[in-house]
Amino acid sequence: MSGKSVFKRVDWLTILLYLILVSIGWVNIYSATFSEEGRSLFDFSQLYGKQLFFIGVSLIGAFILLILEAQFYERFSSLMYILTMILLLGLFAFGKNIAGATSWYNLGFFNLQPSELAKFTTALALARYLSDIQTDIKQVKDQLFALLIILIPVLLIIPQPDPGSALVFLALVFVLFREGLPLFYLVIAFVALIIFIATLMFGTIWVGIILALLIAVFLLVKKSSFKVPLFPLLSFFVLSIVFSLSVNFVFENVFEQRHRDRFSLWLRLEKDPEKLDEIRKTIGYNTYQSEKAIESGGGLGKGFLEGTRTKGDFVPEQHTDYIFSTVGEEWGFVGTATVVILFTALLLRLVYLAERQKNDFSRMYGYGVISILLIHYFINIGMVTGLLPTIGIPLPFFSYGGSALIGFTVLLFIFLKLDANRLNEWL
Amino acid sequence: MKKILLSSIIVIIGFTFIGRLSYLQIFRSTPDQILDNAAVKVIYDYPERGFIYDRNGELLVANQPAYDVMVIPREVKPLDTLEFCSLLGIDKPRFVEQMRKARVYSPRLPSVLVPQLSKADYARLQEKMRKYEGFYIQKRSLRYYDTPSGANVLGYISEVNEADIRRNPYYIQGELTGRTGIEKQYEEELRGVKGVKFIQKDRFNRSIGPYKDGTLDTLPEQGKEIHVTLDKKLQEYGERLMHGKRGGIVAIEPGTGEILALISGPTYDPALLVGRQRSANYSKLHYDTISKPTWDRALLAQPSPGSPFKTLNALVALQEGVMNPESTVRCYNGFYVGNKLRGCHCGGGLRDMNSGIYKSCNAYFAATFRKIYEKYPTTDEGMDVWEKHMKSFGLGDYLGYDLPTGRKGRIPDKEYYDRVYGDNRWASSFIISNSIGQGEVAATPIQLANMTAAIANRGYYFTPHVIKKIAGRDVIDPKFTTPHYTTIDKQHFEPVVQGMADVYTKGTAKWLQIPGIEIAGKTGTVENFTKINGVRTQLTDHSLFVAFAPVDNPKIALAVYIEHGYYGARYAGHIASLLIEKYLKGEITRTDLEKRMLEKTLEAEYAKPYSGEEFKINEYVW
Repeated sequence: MSGKSVFKRVDWLTILLYLILVSIGWVNIYSATFSEEGRSLFDFSQLYGKQLFFIGVSLIGAFILLILEAQFYERFSSLMYILTMILLLGLFAFGKNIAGATSWYNLGFFNLQPSELAKFTTALALARYLSDIQTDIKQVKDQLFALLIILIPVLLIIPQPDPGSALVFLALVFVLFREGLPLFYLVIAFVALIIFIATLMFGTIWVGIILALLIAVFLLVKKSSFKVPLFPLLSFFVLSIVFSLSVNFVFENVFEQRHRDRFSLWLRLEKDPEKLDEIRKTIGYNTYQSEKAIESGGGLGKGFLEGTRTKGDFVPEQHTDYIFSTVGEEWGFVGTATVVILFTALLLRLVYLAERQKNDFSRMYGYGVISILLIHYFINIGMVTGLLPTIGIPLPFFSYGGSALIGFTVLLFIFLKLDANRLNEWL
Repeated sequence: MKKILLSSIIVIIGFTFIGRLSYLQIFRSTPDQILDNAAVKVIYDYPERGFIYDRNGELLVANQPAYDVMVIPREVKPLDTLEFCSLLGIDKPRFVEQMRKARVYSPRLPSVLVPQLSKADYARLQEKMRKYEGFYIQKRSLRYYDTPSGANVLGYISEVNEADIRRNPYYIQGELTGRTGIEKQYEEELRGVKGVKFIQKDRFNRSIGPYKDGTLDTLPEQGKEIHVTLDKKLQEYGERLMHGKRGGIVAIEPGTGEILALISGPTYDPALLVGRQRSANYSKLHYDTISKPTWDRALLAQPSPGSPFKTLNALVALQEGVMNPESTVRCYNGFYVGNKLRGCHCGGGLRDMNSGIYKSCNAYFAATFRKIYEKYPTTDEGMDVWEKHMKSFGLGDYLGYDLPTGRKGRIPDKEYYDRVYGDNRWASSFIISNSIGQGEVAATPIQLANMTAAIANRGYYFTPHVIKKIAGRDVIDPKFTTPHYTTIDKQHFEPVVQGMADVYTKGTAKWLQIPGIEIAGKTGTVENFTKINGVRTQLTDHSLFVAFAPVDNPKIALAVYIEHGYYGARYAGHIASLLIEKYLKGEITRTDLEKRMLEKTLEAEYAKPYSGEEFKINEYVW
């Protein structure tokens, strides 16, 4: 049934975007890690050589994924989910500690990071559960169970500690929204976030004043026929103030100094320019250097292998989480904008593909894929450009790292296989 | 709604990023700093460090050329390591280690491979240097010392470390900076400003001429020569007298506050800290934790001031009106605190202020001290008054002189005793030791010299300083030219000065008179203790002496502090009188005394606490 036909039906546009991103990514890893001592491209002692090997493995893996039976993924999703959860659990006993996080198994040549695998197995398991005929997302019980599927890996990954990766799984709630979880929850989360930031920036008193003003404006401009739900409006106001006060409490008493420093830097809370400079050079060193590198690229960039900050290793972790700053320095705004456009195109294409699925499982899995890719892309580039606080997660298809690249490839190609198979569902 | 939610989020994020990136890369983008640019090579042109002269224009410190071999790791091509190492006079492991360090520091900034080659090595190396790419020789000047003295006060220069570079971005690796003493204090004047040349390079790393036609290049600014207030002859002579002794000597010109000599013993030849043997010598000096040659005792030692402090108590008593010069106190070979007798060496009898000072009577000053306190209803108030008077002599706080190290000394205040004994649980009898300069008071030799200068001036002092001229021009810094008046009125000084003069004519130092010079001084014999294996053990007394001369119109005021030199007139007194004679007459008439001081050492005394055996203190052996 599969065989040749899958390559006719698979979405080549997505594959093309994928290949372009991986290639650009590798070129930049090459630039960030090469040394002028003249070695070959396939030198596996160099990071760019290793990455080339991982790209090869990913492409072979992608091919295998495409020729496997489509039903395989749906059928074995629970098993794969359980297996990866066991792998995550095993880290507590057998994990290898790299840079302070016990997130890896040491396999000799290569360190396996199970949290990368957990991303697609969790997406599969969630899609499997939601597409089950007996699941009704409108029911609180089922909502909670779906949340449980997402939260198990989160709880296993946080103590590694790797809060960045754990955060990624929370993005899967988008799948739930697509499948009927009331948007009301999203609105609440959004308002809570705004109040959180506003409280840190302006203080509870101003938050209260602004909210009161907004309510007053709302009451003034409303149609006279509209009956004001006074009680909910009032309780919303009170709850917001209570929340705002608790933000202050949590910020001062629960957060550690390094967390506070990150927020101070991000929201420019520290008014003393000397202290801000101090924070910028310690906690904010990475962000500061990556912003500077991107700035120094200007409109057209300095050119391939000409990035002096890249060569001088000014930006820490440049080949992994901060790879985008290499793009910024060497290829300038033209390069960075291209990458952003490519990601936007890929994600929109995936939304289109997901929406055309007839099969619930495929569509839900597709949304899982999009959510995971989106949050990586959003947080990573946001962090590198200084829009978001530092949260260390890789840029999909770009950052150096075998587990991440293979994980993202598997995540994407399982969906491409499901998509290629969509017409067979009717047979 | 649900279908377009995610799409719209993706599009909004896309626009946000494009907006942010265009802000960063188009609106805020600034061209890189020139120093970050790999295509520009930076060559520094180092000015010569300024010379240092003494008050009479005698040369103290000059320069000698030295040559550093520098390396830029990125530009190094494969080379014959063995040949290169033998040229440089280092072994291969050292070479490999230095190269590794250089690469870790920066692959494209110059690092020092071998510092400070001699002229001969340089001559041999120079003609072969072009064979080794990535290496070059940087000429630098090293310090040359025209005196074996003054190591601690002159200070030394050394290569900047990473902390210095972080603190002051002017410096780059391999440059020199003043580390202690005058070299550190006047670093910026002595150093000058280095010039810089930017050279444009092509992608094969060849120089292709000045960058931007040299518009960014700067010329070096010469280091300024400075004259310091030290007297080379006096300084050298003092250090010779300190041979084999530990302690500090500070001599000040009372009329200006200029420091004539600042001697710490044991000391070392400043030339030891120059050249390739520098680090070996430095380790030897630095790790000598018993005699501590790099520890400037003249500025940092804080002994109790001992009997010289009595003069201040006399002045305070006169100022407060609780004593007059004729008031008498009977000494019973000691005095009673409660029912405990404290000893006195003056011989006993009736003492007035004059004989109290020149015989250094403990009983007289204990009574004086008590009267100061009894004038006020509470000890707290008495304490405040006493502390204020004492501090007006520059004691108990940093003096503010222009050298980079110092200590506060200690004038205890009422808070201090409240902490020790509890609030209101102490009285003047608790602190009576302060009357004779024992107990809680402590002062550095420079503070003692300064206090003596204030007495010599009859009531004021100038902040001691070492700087005299910068680049040939007199330094007129209000910090050093404004007199600091003490809280004692001028007329009260005469009786005390008379007492100090009588110390020489009929008192504790009558064996030390110099023919033709009238000296006022005060001996001090300071009890001191240490811990040996956790047991508090008394050691031989410190020998202390303060003096100024001539009595009318003083030219020199000094404090001599000799660790474990026994009584004040024994070592400190002798050395002080020799120094005064040397400074005022230029030559020594009492050659037997001089010979004894030059030869006699206290090493046996210093070895006692470390011998592990029982030992006697205060032995009278010549």
